[in-house]
Amino acid sequence: MNGMVHLRIDDVAVEVAEGASVAAAIARVTPRFRLSRSGRPRGPLCGMGVCFECRVTIGGEAHALACMTPVREGMQVRTGG
Amino acid sequence: MAERCDVLVIGAGPAGLAAAAAAAGQGVDVMLLDAQPRAGGQVWRHDIAHRAPRRARHALRRVAAVKRHFGIRVVDADASARMLRVEDALHAREFGWDRLILATGARELCLPFPGGTLPGVTGAGGLQALVKQGWPVSGKRVVVAGSGPLLLAAAASLRAHRARVLAIVEQAARHDVHAFARALWRWPDKLAQAVQLRARLLGVPIHYGAVVRAARGDGTLCGVEIDSAGVSVELACDHLAAGFGLVPDAGFGRLLGCELTAATQPAIRVDALQRTSVESVFAAGECCGIGGMDKARIEGAIAGHAAVGDESVARALFAARDRARRFADAVAHTFTLDPRTRTLADGETTVCRCEDVTLDALRAFHDARAAKLATRCGMGACQGRICGAALAELFGWSWHGHPRQPLFPARLASLADESLARRSCP
Ligand code: FES
Repeated sequence: MNGMVHLRIDDVAVEVAEGASVAAAIARVTPRFRLSRSGRPRGPLCGMGVCFECRVTIGGEAHALACMTPVREGMQVRTGG
Repeated sequence: MAERCDVLVIGAGPAGLAAAAAAAGQGVDVMLLDAQPRAGGQVWRHDIAHRAPRRARHALRRVAAVKRHFGIRVVDADASARMLRVEDALHAREFGWDRLILATGARELCLPFPGGTLPGVTGAGGLQALVKQGWPVSGKRVVVAGSGPLLLAAAASLRAHRARVLAIVEQAARHDVHAFARALWRWPDKLAQAVQLRARLLGVPIHYGAVVRAARGDGTLCGVEIDSAGVSVELACDHLAAGFGLVPDAGFGRLLGCELTAATQPAIRVDALQRTSVESVFAAGECCGIGGMDKARIEGAIAGHAAVGDESVARALFAARDRARRFADAVAHTFTLDPRTRTLADGETTVCRCEDVTLDALRAFHDARAAKLATRCGMGACQGRICGAALAELFGWSWHGHPRQPLFPARLASLADESLARRSCP
């Protein structure tokens, strides 16, 4: 596991180690993953797919859990949904 | 088309791996499923920067030949048809079993406190999990708070990833923790682990009888206020990793109709051979009661042997399980939550994160059902997994009742599939 993976988080190019989660990649760009119902910023809480606070749009799929998704080369991620 | 197997194991943590290894030893057809992309569960979660501990590597080797599907979510299950519907990133699939072993583990108890929803505030095990998968903490200032041995383990992992752990804030009283430490000679392996852990945390101050009063920040976390035995302390930090212990993840057992315990945080009820109240369904590990890795591994092995009819091998493990359960009881006793931890939230504090419901909005109600209907508390994406456990602690509210299916929000494609429509959702 020593390869690097390249992806774009809100149009910012990010490079992370292979095997990292999308959450780890996003953290390099912003601590704010999504907006709550009343518009307040939120980030990951549980790190294990339980709380749904890390929801982002990955490759066009909305509500994807960033903490449960391993990074893949060329991924496009949108936060703030 | 459903894929059939003799023994289906849900959860690839220490309990599930032990169960799969025990069952597979008998030449039966075993299948292992897990929601995470890799085996190991939470304690043995794969760390992209560090090698797995020896025991984890051994446990993984023992199931090397077992069939598996990881990165799945259970969407639907039917105990009488012995069928289970899951989906992964791309497909929905069905699995049929002859015997089922639930090893669904635990979740962290996240109690509400002011500022607790700011980005930068995570669970303690939560941050540990994120960091193992590459979350950058090198040079970051972290406060670890809450309760239980997990705080030390989390702090040690964070340090191994070069975080600056400023403090550990433990709600249990110093004399209780010290009395527990003095009794550790009864479990020599635990004593050795504790000594090792303390060595890895050299120089990190531990506040006992201490709680987080508030997380501070405008949009993101910038500091915390702690109450350390009556003295208020402010610490500037980048992360607050707060967890108040673990609660059994019994949701899947409940979905299958397994009887649960009557505890504040219900667990799946099992008999001596780890059988649940539903025929051919076994359960092992944290989902049957929080007790740590040793208890989980032994229970897993008992369930695996029992599931393939090897009762005598299973019974030979009872004494070891009793011993592990006694240790679990000592831990639970030491880290019992002080009533103060239930009064950290003020009226404005968000309790249900999915629907932004505050404590004040919930106070008007007498039970979970009424509160859910009026405020949508617990009805959002996480379906009460976080706030339900918190409200069980705060108000003694029970979130039982059949969880509505799907167990996790499913993609429409999986739900539209006709074989699911055959079954009626409660
Ligand atoms: S951080 Fe909780 S689901 Fe991803």
